[in-house]
Amino acid sequence: MKAPDDLLYSKEHEWIQRESDIATIGITEHAQKELGDVVFADLPEVGTTFKVNEAFGSVESVKAVSEVYMPVSGEVVETNESLLDAPEKINDDPYGEGWIIRIRLGNPTDLETLMSSQEYSKYVEEESQG
Amino acid sequence: MTRTSVTFNLNEPLIFEKSAPGKSAYTLPKLDVEDVPVEEILDSRYLRTEVQGFPEVSEVELIRHYTRLSTWNYHIDLGMYPLGSCTMKYNPKLNERVSRIPSIALTHPLQEEQQSQGCLEILFRLQEYLKELTAMDAVSLQPAGGAQAELTGILMIRAYLTQKGSPRRFVLIPDSAHGTNPASAVLAGYEVISIPSDEKGRIDVKVLAEKMSEEVACLMLTNPNTMGIFETHIEEIAQIVHQKGGLIYMDGANFNALMGYARPGEMGIDVLHLNLHKTFSTPHGGGGPGSGPVVCQQHLAPYLPMPRVEQEGELYRFNSDHPESIGRVHSFHGNFGMAVRALCYILSCGREGLKELSEMAVLSANYIRRRLEEHYDLPYDTPVLHEVIFSDKRQNKKGVTTLDIAKRLIDYGFHPPTTYFPLIVQGALMIEPTESYSKEELDAFIDAMIAISHEAEEDPEKLTTAPATAKLTRLDEVRAARSPILRWEP
Repeated sequence: MKAPDDLLYSKEHEWIQRESDIATIGITEHAQKELGDVVFADLPEVGTTFKVNEAFGSVESVKAVSEVYMPVSGEVVETNESLLDAPEKINDDPYGEGWIIRIRLGNPTDLETLMSSQEYSKYVEEESQG
Repeated sequence: MTRTSVTFNLNEPLIFEKSAPGKSAYTLPKLDVEDVPVEEILDSRYLRTEVQGFPEVSEVELIRHYTRLSTWNYHIDLGMYPLGSCTMKYNPKLNERVSRIPSIALTHPLQEEQQSQGCLEILFRLQEYLKELTAMDAVSLQPAGGAQAELTGILMIRAYLTQKGSPRRFVLIPDSAHGTNPASAVLAGYEVISIPSDEKGRIDVKVLAEKMSEEVACLMLTNPNTMGIFETHIEEIAQIVHQKGGLIYMDGANFNALMGYARPGEMGIDVLHLNLHKTFSTPHGGGGPGSGPVVCQQHLAPYLPMPRVEQEGELYRFNSDHPESIGRVHSFHGNFGMAVRALCYILSCGREGLKELSEMAVLSANYIRRRLEEHYDLPYDTPVLHEVIFSDKRQNKKGVTTLDIAKRLIDYGFHPPTTYFPLIVQGALMIEPTESYSKEELDAFIDAMIAISHEAEEDPEKLTTAPATAKLTRLDEVRAARSPILRWEP
């Protein structure tokens, strides 16, 4: 399973990449695989503020609609509007072109609760055995 | 042993593609009076303009077209339909016969009460039986299905709590619930709090107690739950909710597991719905329409939809004098034809018969569970009632998923079970056989499932490319969802 080292991960299978006080959020390689082919992404409005673990949007696959949760608190500053026409980017390149939102971090210490790449890989392994 | 489906494999074009100008499915006799252009005698507002592009075909083409299409259907009169949580039971032909008796079928809903006493009695008697079966005090037969009944029930709870001071803010719903439960709660103006299941597949009572507060209007519970597991702590659950002034709504979708054995009114349930199109054998799916009576305790009765069917001396009547009622939820009296069928079913099965049906439904599910547990992963080892859930965990190792197993079943001549639901079981395969199948039919289904599990080991491609024998093979569901073609164009 692919989980780049420079990202942090949540138990709900989102990744986050920090660049100063702005961070990019998407869903992990494992999450996209479990979901199957994504056919629609529901994005939040720019300017909306979300709390930690609050659902900020949803992705729909042929199997189900799944909510996507905030790994940290923050305000949405940009959404990946190209997903509206090409939701398959979430499957094809979950850590790159398939990013979902950019936020201004509400509380940078939220990041401390998240998992590293190694911890996340272990978590996924345990979860699939459980 | 294997079975394969037989389909009429002509590639039938659309009716529009069969059209040719001038063809017609009817001929009128020659006029024996003078032909007058219709525009001369009728005002223009009464004149129709020709529909452009309407298909023109002959009678025999028309009949063959739709008859061919009908042979592509899979239906309950053709074979097993093991859709979990749907109770796709056989629809006895007696129900159909009775519902077509002209004095029943041709009654107009606006006919005077005195002229419709028979129909009113049908509604009234069905209400009485549903009350008896559920140990409840009052019924409305208006809702047209489960989801509408849920909304009706939650609106009744809202009206009741509002009367007591505050409608409150939240509705608690187990994570195994039908998706319609949270949707109904939100539509009725509530916020949903999800309650996790424990390792046995039951509602986590500890978390329930933590989340229950005086801001919670009700708990929406399915019993047996969507895992087919009976909520054995139901009395404790009811106590926790009632202590804080909340109510319990029961989704009666799974009532087929309980009928004649356990009564929701005795479990502390305040209001529930029943699905006549599930438990009471009225047509389901494309064959509907549905019917979802709401049954409640006395304290909620004033809020039931109106008019209500009541008895006054020797006469039955519609009573709209219920000022606290949430109002109508359906035109006229709900789907009356379904009430006729359900009453017919109850009367033809009788008291012992209804109990036996629940027994057979539970026995059939457990028989399937026992024979398949060697071959498919069972996410919960808790005993089940009327349905059983497997997962694709074992087959996954060979790259085979639930979807592939479901598609392969089509090749064996069976309608696939419910897949990927409930959401808390990854790759769920949810099988509900109902009481409608003989042991031989169940065995044929089980044998097909076992054969598929062997194929998954030895020749996974057979599954990942299935169905091979159906009219259409694997459909591109992704493309269909991403760029759907919603209408035919020339």
